[in-house]
Amino acid sequence: MIDILLKYFPQLLNGFWVTIESSIIALFGSLILGTIFAVMQVSRNKITRIISETYVEIFRNIPLLVITLFFFAFVAPVAKKIGLPIDGFTAGTIGLTLYTSAFIAEVIRSGINSISSSQMEGAVSNGLSWWQAMRYIVLPQAFKISIPNLGNQFVNLVKNSSVLAFVAGLDLMYNANSIAQNTFDSLNTYFIVAIFYLIITMPISYYMKHLEQRFKGGAH
Amino acid sequence: MITIAGLFTFDNFRYLFIGLMYTLSVSMISTIFSFIIGSIFGIIVYEKIPYFSKFVSISVDIIRNLPLLLIIFFVYFALPKIGIHFSIFWSSVVAFTFFEATMISEIVRSGINAVDIGQFEGARANGMNNIQTMIFVVLPQAYKKMIPPLVSQFISLVKDTSLATGIVLPELMYRGQIIYGQNSNYMVPVFVILAIIYFLVNFGLSRLSKIIERKMA
Repeated sequence: MIDILLKYFPQLLNGFWVTIESSIIALFGSLILGTIFAVMQVSRNKITRIISETYVEIFRNIPLLVITLFFFAFVAPVAKKIGLPIDGFTAGTIGLTLYTSAFIAEVIRSGINSISSSQMEGAVSNGLSWWQAMRYIVLPQAFKISIPNLGNQFVNLVKNSSVLAFVAGLDLMYNANSIAQNTFDSLNTYFIVAIFYLIITMPISYYMKHLEQRFKGGAH
Repeated sequence: MITIAGLFTFDNFRYLFIGLMYTLSVSMISTIFSFIIGSIFGIIVYEKIPYFSKFVSISVDIIRNLPLLLIIFFVYFALPKIGIHFSIFWSSVVAFTFFEATMISEIVRSGINAVDIGQFEGARANGMNNIQTMIFVVLPQAYKKMIPPLVSQFISLVKDTSLATGIVLPELMYRGQIIYGQNSNYMVPVFVILAIIYFLVNFGLSRLSKIIERKMA
């Protein structure tokens, strides 16, 4: 086990960074998209509500692998023809972003709904527009309440980023498979890679559990 | 002119349909097993048996925080090195079962926590022992509350079975890839068909769980 770790440490570390990079890019992308769709869903406009609900239901109910492979097998070659190179990493990260944004939209939406409606009414009666009230009063509180759930979504994101292995995304899982093939020692290789994944996911999920407990004990 | 008429043959649809059956049967068998194992794990963690509960709870946390794909590869490629062999089908069932059991154990534990403490006391006062109280009084009430999270767990399992493409389980996603591998013009329609099938199954299930939830309330 130690000899595999020493011999392949640079390769493992590269994969580790690619996993983190893809997860963080996808996190920010899906936070932006998810927030937009959440606000669309609580707005009073029927059309935006239907668009957002359709988006969320579609991406929540289709496997991540289907979305990712679609971008890798179909969109990437088409984009290449018009001079826009999309590699496995990009295709995978786009897939992750779209998939996760549907879940984050749900998280933020329930966060917004849990903010008392008197906050919105108070802000509007003080002369703020609906958008201003949403932007400055409701959303900041909704984000704060959603932190534990968002953290759990990030853990899922890190775990799901392993689909990059299917599209040659050079992430941790992809490197794990190639090391396992080189060394013929899949048992120890997968053990080492498991530790690398746990280094990212365990602290976050324990911290989120702790936050959840604290939020439950709080004033809400 | 792109021709895709050759895609819509009876054979192709039968081929995909058998893939869907693989997807559903792997999901169902894994759900049944993981329900049993997850309940046992959940009760052990809830009971706070010295050392043993701590050990189970840490093991559950470790498996929960690993990518499912890693567990699938581990079961199929690494376990044979220590003499444990499974076929492709059973490898995926074992991997999904353990991964889902850890998720379900969390659901069971919080379900038991949500049952009123008076129920425990009442059952004990009526002469039931610990195990009887758990099986006849607490668990039935806990399971009732757990139906919505269990259904959403099943939905994510149906989606996750597509990962078993990695060990060549002939499920829906894999068969889709085989079909568009024959002719690249089929790619977009195949992806659309796959998306529609997955969507219908999962959306239907989530609607069903909402109806059950409303009936129960």
